[in-house]
Amino acid sequence: MPSANLTEIWVYLSASPLLGLTITLIAYSLAYRLYRTARYSPLLNPVVTSVATLILFLSATRTPYPAYFEGGQFVHFLLGPATVALAVPLYQQFAKLKTLWLPVAIAILTGSSVGALSAVFLARLLGASTQTQLSLAPKSVTTPVAMGISEQIGGLPSLTAALVVTTGVMGALGGTTLLRLLRIKNDSVKGITMGVTAHGIGTARSFQVSSEMGAFSGLGMALSALTTAVMLPWLLNLMQ
Amino acid sequence: MDFINGITLLLIYELVGEACTLLLRLPIPGPVLGMMFLFLTLMWRRQIPSSLNLASETLLGHLSLLFVPAGVGVMIHFERILQESMAISLTLLLSTIITMTVTATIMEVTQRLLS
Repeated sequence: MPSANLTEIWVYLSASPLLGLTITLIAYSLAYRLYRTARYSPLLNPVVTSVATLILFLSATRTPYPAYFEGGQFVHFLLGPATVALAVPLYQQFAKLKTLWLPVAIAILTGSSVGALSAVFLARLLGASTQTQLSLAPKSVTTPVAMGISEQIGGLPSLTAALVVTTGVMGALGGTTLLRLLRIKNDSVKGITMGVTAHGIGTARSFQVSSEMGAFSGLGMALSALTTAVMLPWLLNLMQ
Repeated sequence: MDFINGITLLLIYELVGEACTLLLRLPIPGPVLGMMFLFLTLMWRRQIPSSLNLASETLLGHLSLLFVPAGVGVMIHFERILQESMAISLTLLLSTIITMTVTATIMEVTQRLLS
């Protein structure tokens, strides 16, 4: 009875982390290949295509998200060391950063406050529930940090993760166009803006434009994560 | 071996960052503190070991991949997102445009004023 065996094999595999990890890597490598074939068109951002493919696959096989995340967590875990690794491009751009530290500091302080407060304010105005408003607040901050902040202020960490990824994709998709409309020419300004608004996904996009833009985006992402983590609980208290 | 050494170094810094955050009850996330420590170390040593360079280039070269598992998490919130789809999508779109415009303009203007 080969069909019974297949079912048994599926039951076993779908409960093990191996499947979740493998499909994540397969989906990403296909998505990346598609992205490369399309000459890095931002419309085919590999995060979007691989997330969509995975959701379709999981829904079709009725695999619940927690079962998938058993395997997905190994990839997710690497966000931690990747955040630490940002120190390297930061150090490489240090000579440039030294001359720009004041504009960078002012831009990051204002940018991350405006990012969080505009989200809460707009969501409230548009009638979102309090929990959704709070989950939206850290949407511009890199995932592991945003989930921590969300938990601390009373949002839903997993909803925040999804909102963070969506924000990152929006920034990566529209960011370069918006920056062109704003007539921004400096790669340092473009990078900081991408990092403050669209965290790691914007940083990945920035590295495609130039390594200078990527490094500044990494800096923007790291410093805005820090600023938001420190200031957001306090800012929300003021807003109440 | 180079890659293993590099990733080990990154994990050690993350661990130290995480431990400091917990011990001192800092509001800063562990990996961010780890990044600051690594940055200070690089400033002090004035060179990047090849192992660290390799590991960080590999991780940062495919940063997008690392966001995929969290992104798939959107599926458990489909209902809430559908219910509040208008509010959520408009908030994300407008807030992203506002944040970008404000950040870019402020940095451009202060840079011009200071130079």
